[in-house]
Amino acid sequence: MDFLKILNMIEERDPEMSDRLNSRRKALRDFADLGKKLTMAAVPLAVGSMFQKAYGQSTTNVVDVLNYALTLEYLEYRFYEKALASAGLIPAGAPTAAITTIMNHEKAHVDFLKTAITGAGGTPVVEPTFDFSGGQGSGTGPFATAFTNYQLFLAVAQSLEDTGVRAYKGQAPNLVQQNAVLTAALNIHSVEARHAAHIRMMRKANGASVKPWITGNDSGIDNVVVQPIYNGEENTTQAGVDVKTLGGFSANAVTEAFDEPLTKEQVLAVATLFIAS
Amino acid sequence: MNILKNTPSSLESNSGLLVKGVHRRSFLKWAGGTAAATSLILTGCKEDDPVIVAGEVNFGTGDNAVLNYAYALEQLEAAFYQRVIESQFSGITADERSLLTDIRDHEMAHREFFKAALGANAIGGLEVDFSSIDFSKRESVLNAAKTFEDLGVAAYNGAGRFLTSPDLLAIAGKIVSVEARHAAYIRDLISNGTFADSTVIDSNGLEMSKEPSAVLTAAAPFIKTKINAGTLA
Repeated sequence: MDFLKILNMIEERDPEMSDRLNSRRKALRDFADLGKKLTMAAVPLAVGSMFQKAYGQSTTNVVDVLNYALTLEYLEYRFYEKALASAGLIPAGAPTAAITTIMNHEKAHVDFLKTAITGAGGTPVVEPTFDFSGGQGSGTGPFATAFTNYQLFLAVAQSLEDTGVRAYKGQAPNLVQQNAVLTAALNIHSVEARHAAHIRMMRKANGASVKPWITGNDSGIDNVVVQPIYNGEENTTQAGVDVKTLGGFSANAVTEAFDEPLTKEQVLAVATLFIAS
Repeated sequence: MNILKNTPSSLESNSGLLVKGVHRRSFLKWAGGTAAATSLILTGCKEDDPVIVAGEVNFGTGDNAVLNYAYALEQLEAAFYQRVIESQFSGITADERSLLTDIRDHEMAHREFFKAALGANAIGGLEVDFSSIDFSKRESVLNAAKTFEDLGVAAYNGAGRFLTSPDLLAIAGKIVSVEARHAAYIRDLISNGTFADSTVIDSNGLEMSKEPSAVLTAAAPFIKTKINAGTLA
């Protein structure tokens, strides 16, 4: 990677950062040098510390974004961890292997984000206590049987993965000038989308009427609680253009072709269901 | 250095290289038609130096270069899936036909969106080369699809940081997750459970994004048109 070239491009495109260029330039050089030496395990720390060096006091917003992501990753990780520990829930073989793969990624995301937050000079959020029933701590929410009912487990998993995709997407524009963090966030975002597609195919194999992608605002889940996760996906207008009109595309095709973001507030409204304290 | 000051003969005298000399920005000239003889040629170029070479498409500068990069990849994917649906592989199931048709439509929608968004700045249509793909064979088609989808995800992830417009970044984000859904589906069709394996995801659980130069090199065997990647080098 040619970080110095990127730096030059940033210089031209972000005139407001002239006051912090020197520190950023050095940080980028440090990062470029580090990249040659570091093992993969050290990359998140490098991203975090590079960011802290370059932006100094202005890291708060990015730490907020990373902590928001960390909360969601904790939720996903602990959900799969508990599911895999629930005897008789997930069939042996391919289903268990797939859920294990996904859990391991979520665990890796948790570790990555914690290290990046610390490296940026922030403090990782304390892991919440979760209520996977969706009952905000009551333990008797709509998904109370998710660890004994495989179909329901998969439906909740789909909901969490699709939420994750929309949540990361919603934060990308906030990171437009913070390239290292942006790239890391994008590289997590697409992994969540791969998970979502696979979970959806697992549901399809078990009789649910879903595809790997989201059609309209259809959750494919018979529970109104998850509907806010899918509202807005029916959008067919991008950059002011109704994409349907560009080639006689169906509304279904266009809504499937573009996943829509969720705001932090929208995501937290969903995530709060699963947080006891 | 203004490359336009170089005469055609001086360009040729450099064995097809554009110019000598190293400057602040690298400039990528990529000739895709003759893959064996082709290489990535890095020479000096200021970002605002227009370089016009007959028979090649030029991505341009700034956010337009990123959009043209995406447009080029979507053209490639759309053309591929149009062929897949026109000449369906032996043994295709109804379910596969339905979902591969969905993917075709998604890629065509992406292609038409970028074309419209770029307007007069859009590159022309690329001439593709699918001669290495046997469209009658399931394995050949799905392996090519996997290559295109994984490459698309890695390309969008790697190019996000080049965008300066938050709105365009948001739209690129809307598309890349759909490409990732495609990639996971295609991979599972080839071998169930490989939707996010270690060939595309690193030990931090992050997708391994790719630089534009690496993406264009990987795409080169499938594109005849010469591409000048402009500022994305």
